Amino acid sequence: MSGLVSETSPTTQGDEISNYTINFGPQHPAAHGVLRMVMELDGEVIERIDPHVGLLHRGTEKLIEHKTYLQALPYFDRLDYCSPMCMEHSYVLAVEKLLNVEVPIRAQYLRVLFAELTRIKNHLLNIGAHVMDVGAMTPNLWVFELREDCMNFYERASGARMHAAWFRPGGVHQDVPLKLLTDIGDWVDTRLPELFGDAMSLVTDNRIFKQRNVDIAIVSKEDAIAWGFSGPMIRAAGLPWDLRKSQPYDVYDRMDFEIPVGTNSDCYDRFMVRVEEVYQSARIIKQCLAEMPDGPIASDDRKVVPPKRGEMKQSMEALIHHFKLYTEGFHVPAGEVYVATESPKGEFGVYLVSDGSNKPYRCKIRPTAFSHLQAMDFMSKGHMLPDATAILGAIDVVFGECDR
Amino acid sequence: MAVIHSAPRYASNAGMLDNLSAAIGGNLIAAHEEHGELMFTVQRAGIEDVLRLLRDEHEYQQLMEIAGVDFPGRAERFECVYMLLSLTKNHRIMVKLSAAEDTPVPTVTTLWPNAGWLEREVFDMFGVLFDGNTDLRRILTDYGFEGHPFRKDFPLTGYNELRYSEEERRVVYEPVELAQELRQFDFLSPWEGADYVLPGDEKADMPPVDEPKVTDSVKDTGAGAKADAKAGETVSAGSPAEEDSGRDRPESPEPTEDRADRPAREGKAVDTAASTRIDDDDSAKDDGA
Repeated sequence: MSGLVSETSPTTQGDEISNYTINFGPQHPAAHGVLRMVMELDGEVIERIDPHVGLLHRGTEKLIEHKTYLQALPYFDRLDYCSPMCMEHSYVLAVEKLLNVEVPIRAQYLRVLFAELTRIKNHLLNIGAHVMDVGAMTPNLWVFELREDCMNFYERASGARMHAAWFRPGGVHQDVPLKLLTDIGDWVDTRLPELFGDAMSLVTDNRIFKQRNVDIAIVSKEDAIAWGFSGPMIRAAGLPWDLRKSQPYDVYDRMDFEIPVGTNSDCYDRFMVRVEEVYQSARIIKQCLAEMPDGPIASDDRKVVPPKRGEMKQSMEALIHHFKLYTEGFHVPAGEVYVATESPKGEFGVYLVSDGSNKPYRCKIRPTAFSHLQAMDFMSKGHMLPDATAILGAIDVVFGECDR
Repeated sequence: MAVIHSAPRYASNAGMLDNLSAAIGGNLIAAHEEHGELMFTVQRAGIEDVLRLLRDEHEYQQLMEIAGVDFPGRAERFECVYMLLSLTKNHRIMVKLSAAEDTPVPTVTTLWPNAGWLEREVFDMFGVLFDGNTDLRRILTDYGFEGHPFRKDFPLTGYNELRYSEEERRVVYEPVELAQELRQFDFLSPWEGADYVLPGDEKADMPPVDEPKVTDSVKDTGAGAKADAKAGETVSAGSPAEEDSGRDRPESPEPTEDRADRPAREGKAVDTAASTRIDDDDSAKDDGA
């Protein structure tokens, strides 16, 4: 190469172009919320990314320290607002682990049913957003129809379309009507596979979609483990690691489902893992509906779960329990636990420190996004600027959870 | 205690406590199992060695979380808790150390790249320093934020608030002004749990007096036979006589006048009872009409 003489560029008149730095976000629609990424670019090739998070920090953990265990629950809906009930799941299990309280079997089935419905709901949003990030409009509109159905089921179970606060320590808040269960069964049998299959038929073999995702941000198994990946991110890397399978909670050990894994560990694999997980979740929902027994939906431990309202109107003891649980709340034995569940985005953990009073001494929330977003820099290095949106879409990041 | 909860069930802890305690060796301060969780408290200086050992020799491949906790009453007020996950053994453990504001914790970014942000968060929220972390910037709080908000002595409402000022056309920072005082209710029962004095209960915990309170001597009070005799004297010779003030007493009001009787009503409608009586004939007539 010594014989080559560097030419004078026709556009820059021989001036050296140095790397330049741009802001991606915090107002960019493909930033999936309030993410600011300081990008150092060499032309259109990404040299370095410094994600700035925390723009949605609300001090949830500090607020929880000032609330009783029950009052702290609704904060979890507001973490990952795309999969609210899965956030509650980790918290109620952590509280139950400290209390060592038994949850009736019907409540466990209801929780698994709605956790899987939430997984479908979350994946539909991410799948739609991902394809829209790389340029396709139509599938997003279709899967939003399905997401709307999920939120209607949410509403019929809990009264709220998003912030359900329906999982409670000791069970769930209210039983569901039979018609809701049959409607979910019909939806899973007919509407979901039809509409979702149609939407995905536009995407999965689409040439443009593959060009934008295949071989983008390949992460080796070793890197995925070292960076603390979890959920679809680690499964796309080829590791069949799913907490629902390996560390089952509630009645997941009774469920028969497959763990999809990727082969190439790129953005396309992450996408396809999520697509398959929607079908697997539908399978779990069907099993729940088929096997769910009748019975109580919350523990009968009156020191944890308040009595039914009708009972409260009749019995003095129930009235006292009701009053004490909704003012003072229940006391949790001193100790510390770390409970992690498989949220749609990965391992969502709650580290709960109790001092024996009616409020958590410390509640540390492990967001899934911290590990994944931190790897953004090394995943994007050497890729083009437009690939950053595909990588970010495949991470599936929501800032309510990341920033807390 | 029998496990009846339905929280995640991973591989058994049996034997792990002794096994890992022996492996950690000199760096171990305490180890215990509680609520089904293994917790190892280790020397601060040895954290990197301990975690390297656990990662390389004992298959704890993933660092899932670093949590800070503040205990203001302790000499070393902060705790850092490292959550480790073994994908091959399907097991979790926690490793804990304590630190003060001025005692840096050795970084573990040398072991796991994702420790960087986790340590940044603990630094941001608690002010724990991590020795060797080359990128120890704030992460969750605002640019230019001061203080460490998750310390127990940091108020829930914070010190500064920001808003968009229409006049200045930019975001302005101002000291927090609460329209209503922040009220905290803990609802703890005064018989169990509450360790503060409820209003009105200030004297409840005072120790009872040893001796009944008595006056020391007659001289101090002036009580005695002399004072009794003085008290026995008649002070007045009877009730004082009424004096005439010279003014008239107010008189009782005049009785009201009787009203004159009303004249009798004119016309024939003297007795109207008959016209409101329901007759069978009348109702039949109405139905017909």
